[in-house]
Amino acid sequence: MSYRILLLAKQVPDTRNVGKDAMKSDGTVNRVALPAIFNPEDLNALEFALRVKDQRKDAEVIIITMGPPRAADIIREGMYRGADKGVLITDRKFAGSDTLATSYAISLAVKKLAPFDMVVAGRQAIDGDTAQVGPQVAEKLNIPQITYAEEFLGFMKNKIQVKRRLERGVEILEAEGPVLITVHSSAADCRVRNAKRVMKYKYARTEIELQEAAEDYIEMLESRPYLQIKQWSVTDLKADVSLLGLSGSPTKVKKIENVVFTHKDSTTLSSSDADINKLVKSLISSHVIG
Amino acid sequence: MSKNIFVYCEITEEGHVADVSLELCSKGNKLAKELGVDINAIAIGDKLDNIADEVSAFGVSKLYLAEDKKLFPYLNMPHSNIVSKILQEQKADIVLFGATSIGRDLAPRVASTLKCGLTADCTSLEIGDHYVKKTDTTYKNLLYQIRPAFGGNIIATIINPDMHPQMATVREGVMKLEPLKKKVKPEIIKIDVNKYVSKSDFAISIIDRKIEAQKVNIKGAQIIVAGGYGVGSKENFSLLKQLADLLGGEVGASRAAVDSGFVDHERQIGQTGVTVRPKLYIACGISGAVQHTAGMDQSAQIISINNDAEAPISKIADYNIVGTINEVIPKMIKYYRQNSK
Repeated sequence: MSYRILLLAKQVPDTRNVGKDAMKSDGTVNRVALPAIFNPEDLNALEFALRVKDQRKDAEVIIITMGPPRAADIIREGMYRGADKGVLITDRKFAGSDTLATSYAISLAVKKLAPFDMVVAGRQAIDGDTAQVGPQVAEKLNIPQITYAEEFLGFMKNKIQVKRRLERGVEILEAEGPVLITVHSSAADCRVRNAKRVMKYKYARTEIELQEAAEDYIEMLESRPYLQIKQWSVTDLKADVSLLGLSGSPTKVKKIENVVFTHKDSTTLSSSDADINKLVKSLISSHVIG
Repeated sequence: MSKNIFVYCEITEEGHVADVSLELCSKGNKLAKELGVDINAIAIGDKLDNIADEVSAFGVSKLYLAEDKKLFPYLNMPHSNIVSKILQEQKADIVLFGATSIGRDLAPRVASTLKCGLTADCTSLEIGDHYVKKTDTTYKNLLYQIRPAFGGNIIATIINPDMHPQMATVREGVMKLEPLKKKVKPEIIKIDVNKYVSKSDFAISIIDRKIEAQKVNIKGAQIIVAGGYGVGSKENFSLLKQLADLLGGEVGASRAAVDSGFVDHERQIGQTGVTVRPKLYIACGISGAVQHTAGMDQSAQIISINNDAEAPISKIADYNIVGTINEVIPKMIKYYRQNSK
């Protein structure tokens, strides 16, 4: 039997470089203008998973992502870089889920893919920065977790060894049995796309995407099952709807304030020698520096 | 319903209560006074004799101690099982954790066990009410968990109306450390560790640890010269270092600069880095997204060097120098040398 690695990944809006084009005239962010990307630490996680696979010839990496239909893009991206299969969890009933409800849905998908040997995820996603879903999936699966992983050190008989990065140093951990690992941004960057894999997987599609495809395309996919990206709904997961979406989320958003920068008295200076000399002098005389 | 507040006291390598946990005790104490309830603390580790004394200036009324050789260093499953069980038994209503690598590893697992909400990296905690029109219900005295979200472009107030406890993590330096004048030793409740953990909780073992003391201490620096994406390269950061060294300060960075590999992660300032309050903050090539300014807007004075006079940071800076790093910083160095004795 193969060594099964499940990779949890998320498609996120690129909140890191909110440029001028993404700012509205009232000083708030125009979310639609942000591109959807593969969450950065999930790419570190993919590399982590692929390095495990490099050491186990019988290993397979399956990407699980939850999101709208277009999130299938990151499954294809993962396939181009080395993942073998993908599952898209998509259903309107998931909308409004907080981390607890999300981890419930994902844990059901993971269970559906059991038996597995390892679950790998990025430490956190840049649209929320919570770092909660990984540990919460581990709890729901009742398996141990290793967070902040930086490097896969290898197999030691039936155990694995992982290095984790903490504020003040590193730890080497050894784990036996299935474990969930969240990968830190200090881990190795993800390998780039492989041209052969791009050619092989560029036609991979989910059911929703197939509905819009031409007849001959569907025939091609039937003859090449590896191009089928699984798509699971609430029904497929046999999920308890009350534990999903808004009703399954203990946290509610009471208020959202768009960040608008307010003016305070400030002095604008040029980069001329005179201006800077004057500033430095005033800082020294007021004992801010010196 | 009991409305007790709990703080998870993280134990440092040296066996002390971490600063962030004491900061949370300070905040928790204020919230407890507002609600008219008690604040309790949980400490888990080995040799915890000194802990009661260390929290005595922070108004903790009960201290739950789980002491055992195998509970130090921190391991996720034993610690989360102990914390979860104490919180269940005591019907905790508010629980606060430091947003450290331990707190952020532990709190989500505890929240999942208790099926309650958790808000990460809160920048403010308040008590308030919540009215639901549909059911005409008013929830009294909820914990408002306030945090930047969506990359810092929005500020969200999160509440947990129905499913309690209400849990939050807070980064070090966000809440103020305010020891009380009068020290009162808390009541100590010793936990029978073997009843709370089982052998299977130790499926992961630590086989090696290398603890390095933090190399940089930007939190304690009086002057910070911070760079953003606009600095452009690792090489240009050496200019910032020159200025910082000259002024006796430290180099800091925004997340964009850290993500671009210009500078180490330990220098990151902002919501996902450290929070600083220096007397002078020089922001170089930093546009001023809220996730960054949340970590530095309490600085006494802010100077921004940016070639975009309209960058968001200009709104909070005391001085805006319009120009490039390469032209402005050498001049600052030059005139500082000329003018200081």
